[in-house]
Amino acid sequence: MKIDTEARYAKSHEWAKKDGAEFVIGISDHAQHSLGDIVYVDLPKVGANFTKGAAFGVVESVKAASDLYLPVAGKVTAVNTALADKPDLVNKDCYGDGWIVKVAPSNPAEMDELLTPADYEKIAEEE
Amino acid sequence: MLTTLLHQRHEELGARFAPFAGYDMPIQYPSGAVEEHRLTRRSVGLFDIDHMGQILVSGKGSGEALSTLVSNRILDMKPNQARYALLLSEEAGVLDDLFIYKADRDAGNLPGMKSLLPPGTAIDFSDAWFVVVNASNREADYKRLRSLLPASISVIDLSDAAYMIAVQGPRAVELLDALSGGAVSATPRFSMTDASLAGVPALIGRTGYTGEDGAELFYPSSKAVELWDALLKGAAERGIEAGPIGLAARDSLRFEAAMPLHGHEITASINPIEALLSWACDLDKEFIGKAALLKIKAAGPARKLVTLSVTGGVPREGYPVQDEAGRDLGPCVAGMFCPTAGSYAANAFVPPDLAKPGTILKVIIRGAAKDAVVVKRPLYIPAYRR
Repeated sequence: MKIDTEARYAKSHEWAKKDGAEFVIGISDHAQHSLGDIVYVDLPKVGANFTKGAAFGVVESVKAASDLYLPVAGKVTAVNTALADKPDLVNKDCYGDGWIVKVAPSNPAEMDELLTPADYEKIAEEE
Repeated sequence: MLTTLLHQRHEELGARFAPFAGYDMPIQYPSGAVEEHRLTRRSVGLFDIDHMGQILVSGKGSGEALSTLVSNRILDMKPNQARYALLLSEEAGVLDDLFIYKADRDAGNLPGMKSLLPPGTAIDFSDAWFVVVNASNREADYKRLRSLLPASISVIDLSDAAYMIAVQGPRAVELLDALSGGAVSATPRFSMTDASLAGVPALIGRTGYTGEDGAELFYPSSKAVELWDALLKGAAERGIEAGPIGLAARDSLRFEAAMPLHGHEITASINPIEALLSWACDLDKEFIGKAALLKIKAAGPARKLVTLSVTGGVPREGYPVQDEAGRDLGPCVAGMFCPTAGSYAANAFVPPDLAKPGTILKVIIRGAAKDAVVVKRPLYIPAYRR
């Protein structure tokens, strides 16, 4: 299992990384591996507002659809449009080219409430 | 939960398992279902399908009797020929779909068939039929054949004695030929041969369920692992790319080739006309379900199977299909991402006037109506039709 040490994590397996004033959001290596081949990503609209923990999109693997939960409250400022043609970027590079959305956080301090890489690794390993 | 004799091999290969027809079956291996699908289309895939059943029907008059239980013509078949047929209810519901092989007259002396028979069993191979049935219907099919065929006819369930795997893909015949002294390319499509494969006696049917050329193998269960390993090793030694394929890719392969899966496109409450399987029903002979079929044919089917290409999500079994006005037409019976076709597609039953390619319908994905267009079937033209 790969862990991006620059990121913070949610128990529901999303990660958040700072990018200037914005946060980039994706799913963890553990999550993409558990899901298997991702064949479709349902992205939110740019400008949409979500509360912390709200379902903001869906990743669809070969066998199932799974909700994505926003680890911090905020407004979507960008979505990864490359996923429309290449949803498998989430499998291939979940912490890089397979990012899912960028948000302008309503409360940037929420980042500190997320799991550290070490704590997340423990949780993921126990699953 | 039952397991197949290759279960440990699948574990070693890193498979993920899920229950299917009472068996704990490999769904996918570490390379993933999409890559497994592509590997089968590109070179060779190996499928453990031992959960399927095999029933040997034999004895004087068995062909005539079996013919009355199955939809397709079988009495014109030559020894070693294979034919697809349906087991229908009186109401013409599809109880199962079958591959029926007419046994070689000399099969009792051939190593492959002999290796599957219980010791000391005398089989009359002058009139004998090897019937391959679906896993989930194995017991019911055996009971149906046994109860409806005269007692003078022998019906033997060979499912435990016979191991079944499939070897499919554009290079499958090349691989099988190399291990059988060229026996497989010498066997016409939709027929079988009895040969030694990597030293294992086997019945080799040049059939499959992927849209690719290849074979389905029936061989002694005691050799289950030996032949599986020999196939993978034989491929590696010859530089033929090959790998194990799980049930997820098996489903997308058969779906693209428009082959029905019992429990989805065919069930006891779906008739062959609406399932587009009239070609497997010979109305010039007598069989159970024929009277009902004739009535359905005269009235015209109330619905027809269609394949829909969907935009904006992955359609899945159970998702509602609607017409443009928002009227419910029933659920998708199967749906998935199709790697070779490069599309998200579903199968569903719709009124015949909505079944023409180009018709615009909707599939409801998580509460939202997504565009769905009826497309020409199959999404992938099977090798035997090219």
